Amino acid sequence: MKMKRAALSLGPVYYLWDGPKWRDFYFRIADEAAVEYVTLGETVCSKRQHFSEPHVAEVIERLEAAGKEVTLSTLAMVTLERESRQVRDLIRDSVHAVEANDLSALGLLKGQPHSIGPLVNVYNAATARTLAARGANTICLPPELPATSVHRMLEAMPGFSFELFAFGRMPLAISARCAHARSKGLTKDNCQFICGGDPDGLPLRTLDRQSFLVLNGVQTMSSSCAVLLDDLAPLVDAGLSRIRLSPQDCDMVRVAALYRTVLDGRMDGEEALVELAKAYPGVRFSNGFLHQQEGAAWVSRGRSAGLGHG
Amino acid sequence: MELICPAGTPAAFREALEAGADAVYCGFRDETNARNFPGLNFSREELRQSIMLARRKGVQTFVALNTFMRAGDEALWYAAADDAVALGADALIVADFGLMAYVAERYPEQRLHVSVQASASNPDAIRFLVEAFAAKRVVLPRVLTVQDIARLTRQIDCEVEVFAFGGLCVMAEGRCSLSSYATGKSPNMNGVCSPASHVRYREEEGALVSELGAYTINRFGPGEASGYPTLCKGRFDVGGTEGYAFEDPVSLDVIDEIDALKAAGVSALKIEGRQRGKAYVAEVVSSLKKALGATPAERSALVSRLRTMSEGQRTTSGAYDKRWR
Repeated sequence: MKMKRAALSLGPVYYLWDGPKWRDFYFRIADEAAVEYVTLGETVCSKRQHFSEPHVAEVIERLEAAGKEVTLSTLAMVTLERESRQVRDLIRDSVHAVEANDLSALGLLKGQPHSIGPLVNVYNAATARTLAARGANTICLPPELPATSVHRMLEAMPGFSFELFAFGRMPLAISARCAHARSKGLTKDNCQFICGGDPDGLPLRTLDRQSFLVLNGVQTMSSSCAVLLDDLAPLVDAGLSRIRLSPQDCDMVRVAALYRTVLDGRMDGEEALVELAKAYPGVRFSNGFLHQQEGAAWVSRGRSAGLGHG
Repeated sequence: MELICPAGTPAAFREALEAGADAVYCGFRDETNARNFPGLNFSREELRQSIMLARRKGVQTFVALNTFMRAGDEALWYAAADDAVALGADALIVADFGLMAYVAERYPEQRLHVSVQASASNPDAIRFLVEAFAAKRVVLPRVLTVQDIARLTRQIDCEVEVFAFGGLCVMAEGRCSLSSYATGKSPNMNGVCSPASHVRYREEEGALVSELGAYTINRFGPGEASGYPTLCKGRFDVGGTEGYAFEDPVSLDVIDEIDALKAAGVSALKIEGRQRGKAYVAEVVSSLKKALGATPAERSALVSRLRTMSEGQRTTSGAYDKRWR
């Protein structure tokens, strides 16, 4: 049987990168990366918007010239009037598709084609159908979902475009309080954009020095990097149409190339993992959520491995 | 303002009724609710009897169906909604859009309350829930200041309920996978956070170390009061500095803000704690009931007694105060 083909999609940069770094990252993605879809725009903290804003137009232009389909991401948490306005303006003015990452965007996008991001809770086909009926045409599922749930949703909605978060530190939580600023003796309102100093997140370890989480402004992420690579074939075969790579401060062009090679059956998963570890050195991989274990766990093909401490 | 009180057992339910609750919320004994702890919650028959009892006292019963439906097993949640409606629940508290759609379509007359787990934190979000599912009330996530709430209520056509006392989520509720990252069990999917099944304590050179799954959550020196290892209230190392990276082991208390919340247009105050015993429920409910009718000066005496019952005996007004951020 011929393997079905899944497209690669690049999610928004969750970290705060300075404007030129952000721009150059996307320029290189446009020129070199084997991704077909790119979702971009500040998603984590509204205070950061002005860093990437001056470069958005040129980045979109370069990506589109390279044949990538561009979607704009909305904020994950909207509490202030200014943030509500940002989401409304984006949805009203955008000529590009929009990815909803909170409930306000879901409401405002009714009736127009849009995407649902991994920060919206879609755990079952009943919810996916409800959102699809309002205009959602692609849903990136939450990282927490086990493979059984993904399979059941694919079966329940054949032909619908589901996307899976398959590479990157996982967004695990978001708060009104900025733990990142707090760790430097600051508060959210007086943060001095301190999170910009940690372009790959600020490590949070246990008192026994176990790598555990990273702080990214108001967002808390996994210390381990989700890597669903060897696990993808049965899901793609069942109809999974997009694979999301979430940008880390590493060689994402290489990461995309490795995923493409494995998806195309041109490289063995085990071999690709060795290469992936070179592309994102010093970071432990995890895929526990997919295997219905603790999210930090790594389950290698065909057997269950224990939880290691990186 | 209504006082919405927790009941993890029929005994706590009766205590809440006696203590002056305007409504009591509870859940079935399974994963359809976010306090799916051993020994807690209600059978269908227990809920039937409790609702009858509450009716006689003119008290409402809300049924929490506030986890996210497991794909392929939606029937479990649908049956819970069917039964809660049939048993006469005054409102269903729901987080999952698929389940909201089911309730709105099958039972258009049934009052639908949006759980805090749905994370509706702004006017557009709440308008969406009213428009799509005819939601009558939204329980706000603990990410807003009192000023934010006042601004919000003016812009929506929906009742607002807020948490006033008890456990405090540091993260936006319903959007936190920290527990399942460490244990495989999450509030959204399993109705548990930092579950006791994954908690271990060990002695180490005179210190008591608490662990959740494979991770150290805290270490208490000799003489230091120890606490339960709730993940977001653990002590960690960030950049070489050890401390409570997210929040100290405190609980929420906004009794001092009652008048401000009322002025902000809040319809109901919610007490967290379906996992707490009936004595706790009785004490907290009756004190808060008194506080609602008391002058600010009388309130402080009521409050100081309540604070001794809180987690870590310390409280915070959390996100309701802007400085918390």
